[in-house]
Amino acid sequence: MQTFAGMLSQNRLSLDREACEALQINVGLLCNQACNHCHLEAGPRRKEIMDQATMAQVVEFARRGDFTGIDITGGAPEMNPSLPLLIESLRPLTPRLMLRANLTALGQAGQQELMGLLARSQVVVVASLPALNPSQTDAQRGSGVFASSLDVLRKLNALGYGQEGSGLELNLVSNPAGAFLPPAQSQAEERFRAQLQRRWDIRFNQLYTFANVPLGRFARWLRQSGNYDAYLEKLIDSFNSCAVECLMCRRQVSVAWDGYLYDCDFNLAAGLPLGGRRTHVNELSAPPKAGEPIALGEHCFTCTAGSGFT
Amino acid sequence: MAEYYDRKDLLNFGEIGSEAPELAKKFFDYYGEVFQEGELTAREKALIALAVAHAVQCPYCIEAYTQACLEKGSNLGEMTEAVHVACAIKGGAALVHGMQMRRLAAKLSM
Repeated sequence: MQTFAGMLSQNRLSLDREACEALQINVGLLCNQACNHCHLEAGPRRKEIMDQATMAQVVEFARRGDFTGIDITGGAPEMNPSLPLLIESLRPLTPRLMLRANLTALGQAGQQELMGLLARSQVVVVASLPALNPSQTDAQRGSGVFASSLDVLRKLNALGYGQEGSGLELNLVSNPAGAFLPPAQSQAEERFRAQLQRRWDIRFNQLYTFANVPLGRFARWLRQSGNYDAYLEKLIDSFNSCAVECLMCRRQVSVAWDGYLYDCDFNLAAGLPLGGRRTHVNELSAPPKAGEPIALGEHCFTCTAGSGFT
Repeated sequence: MAEYYDRKDLLNFGEIGSEAPELAKKFFDYYGEVFQEGELTAREKALIALAVAHAVQCPYCIEAYTQACLEKGSNLGEMTEAVHVACAIKGGAALVHGMQMRRLAAKLSM
């Protein structure tokens, strides 16, 4: 099997860090869903969530880092009770604060206040909606998720999210509901925009189409369904050397729920720490420097397949 | 059927050009051009190809265009409707030949 490092070397490419611009914060693996494609195996039974002490350390790191973007993810970040505090603390520290919202968790009772805070703080909401039909969406994310997700998207629209001129950005993410690659982003965005507006009167800003990463629960499903080898071959065959230049891991650092650092959320799932050794956010006086190597694994082929994962 | 159809045939399809490379090149160039975005989107063309694959009952094409349709963002409902279109045309084509049968039978019958 071709290794990712081998592929880079064959193409005379290297994957090293550049100036670090973005901070990704994973506030925990607790989630109200157990999506079949989740590389972190997040779910309702997971206990790992970021506590307030670690959050305070992450906020201090963010203050030292001068990041142009900060991206909060999970699990379902909405299920961390300290999320509002984190948002308020991070808001002054970056021009672009993003929340990867699990729409169904955001729609649960008692979350109206959080929605209001997101809007007041002009947090960019990035939400998963894999498909325009319940069968594929529910197959990936759980029964009833499609209908609940549309309800929450409507609520976000009512707050101004996705509406022209509001300054409130609502972006959607579509991951394939199976062992196949995603469609081209621009064509899929056009179709999502037309259908969401016509059928459900829902608006959004941008759609991102990302391939699923063969780690965690998705890797297990691939193996159980007999698709693992063919999927990996497809990722390898779709290697796009031009995508290497724009990979997000070059310019970001990812901090896990326990404060330890990784090059990206996928390396976190794979257990490949930043710089090859476990480093706590508290130990770094500044973000990782340009030129430092990035930990590689076969899952990296996901981010270089086709137009890439940036 | 396994003796007649082998999945690897599709992966090695390019080898068909070994005896007549110019013809194969013309065919594959044409094939590639057909599936480019045009008045129809690549997604719509993949759905048409899936329907035709069923009409001509080509297992290679069914595999290739099931994958292509999913990768271009089509869902199972759309793909099933495409197969029904193929089925309706195939069935209709058989049935409309019944008119020929009726004409011939009428001519032969008292």
